[in-house]
Amino acid sequence: MATTVEAGGVREAAFDAAVAADERIEPRDWMPDAYRATLVRQIAQHAHSEIIGIQPEANWITRAPSLRRKAILMAKVQDEAGHGLYLYSAAETLGVGRDELLDKLHTGRQKYSSIFNYPTLTWADVGAIGWLVDGAAITNQVPLCRCSYGPYARAMVRICKEESFHQRQGYELLLALSQGTEAQHAMAQDAVDRWWWPSLMMFGPPDDESSHSAQSMAWKIKRHSNDELRQRFVDICVPQAEALGLTLPDPDLVWNEERGHHDFGPIDWDEFREVLRGNGPCNDERIGRRRRAHEDGAWVREAAAAYAAKHGEAKA
Amino acid sequence: METGTAPIRPADRTAALALGDDALVLAQRLGEWAGHGPVLEEEVALANIALDLLGQARHLLSLVGNEDELAYLREEREFRNCQLVEQPNGDFAHTIARQLYFSTYQELLHNRLARTGTPFAPLSAKAVKEIAYHRDHAEHWTLRLGDGTPESRERMQRATDALWRYTGELFEPVGELPVDWTELNDSWLASVTSVLERATLTVPEGPRRGAWTAGAGREGLHTEPFGRMLAEMQHLHRSHPGASW
Repeated sequence: MATTVEAGGVREAAFDAAVAADERIEPRDWMPDAYRATLVRQIAQHAHSEIIGIQPEANWITRAPSLRRKAILMAKVQDEAGHGLYLYSAAETLGVGRDELLDKLHTGRQKYSSIFNYPTLTWADVGAIGWLVDGAAITNQVPLCRCSYGPYARAMVRICKEESFHQRQGYELLLALSQGTEAQHAMAQDAVDRWWWPSLMMFGPPDDESSHSAQSMAWKIKRHSNDELRQRFVDICVPQAEALGLTLPDPDLVWNEERGHHDFGPIDWDEFREVLRGNGPCNDERIGRRRRAHEDGAWVREAAAAYAAKHGEAKA
Repeated sequence: METGTAPIRPADRTAALALGDDALVLAQRLGEWAGHGPVLEEEVALANIALDLLGQARHLLSLVGNEDELAYLREEREFRNCQLVEQPNGDFAHTIARQLYFSTYQELLHNRLARTGTPFAPLSAKAVKEIAYHRDHAEHWTLRLGDGTPESRERMQRATDALWRYTGELFEPVGELPVDWTELNDSWLASVTSVLERATLTVPEGPRRGAWTAGAGREGLHTEPFGRMLAEMQHLHRSHPGASW
């Protein structure tokens, strides 16, 4: 017994030293249970966000207004499904299978990013998602490429490259609309007006209310605070909005010379909490559609498993 | 509709429209699967196939004129796709049966066109590599569903039977393409029969064309679901005449 405790202490010290030295923790390395649980929660939430995030954009694939835009949007949605695959695989290295995680998503025991509970009402929303939502996601995710857990960090390197393409296509889509007809310009402005605040909420609650932040920072799963990343995002977006010829819906948004940052108005955290609680505009639709797709596909997965069992093929 | 000066002969223009519309319409149908796939790998695969087909469609329609004018501003009766590709997705078995029938046809056709001196040869040579993957994907799923569970077998058989009557049209001569259509049909039948048999399915015995509506897509006669599909596809573009996107 004493030896086990001692060995545990040695392993923990080795883990702490590796994290402190910015070395990567790999799947076979010993890690504290809470570190594992935090990673599983975070990676699963990220994977779920990728697959739920397909829905608001898929809403426009069939209606994309040019073949070029249709192709770009299809490629983007395909990337997102691919990101879901890498991330579920990263979670598998921590001992949790995709089926188990999907079950948790379908039964509301794990979350996905609340941003996808907002509707895509016009074509311009596809642009706003690319520019703002993917832009916010990149701001959050780039530091994750240096996350202490190796498989997650490596998945993020690839994902961030593709996300940055997504962000650019969104920006370019909005630029075309902004410089287009009056109706197109209005469509772009309306989309930005609706997506701006929810995008700022993507960085999570303010630092003093964020429950998981301190421990995640210590473990180098997280590298910057929510408010720090949010500020970085605002500072990036302001000149981009100007270049787009669009305004951001915040009368308090102003450059603060002293801080070297933009000040911005108060975020409606009540709305954030309501959406998180399940009362956003599309919570029921998103999870309902996901569950239906899964249930409708059950016979297909069963067939693949039965065929594999008969023919000794790897599972589809 | 005026589509500008086409650099190709009228007969090739007819063929480019037929083959381009096939690819466009099937890409549109496959795009409807996004977010509904039975398993994450299929979200990726179906989007990938749709994307390949859309690329082919854009190339072929551009031989005829402006791709967006052709895709968005033609009426139903002006489309030249076969009726098979416009059939609704149905369940996953229907989507797979449609893909098996179409990809097998498309692979055989483009294999032959790649060796001709037609303006299609360069595209065909490139497309054949993509299509081989589409056919392989459809074959594998036909085997899994046909030889999977009793439920999947029943669904796959039903889909195979339901779409059978749209397969005769695929072998109607298109423009003046230098293809032996009878031979193409024989090769198709041999290939599809072999897959269905390996999948423990019964090769449908019904006619491969129905009454006047089945098999006239190349002449601009389509099935009822096609109009609704086009309405959805064209609505936004048509709502902003002259706009750029």
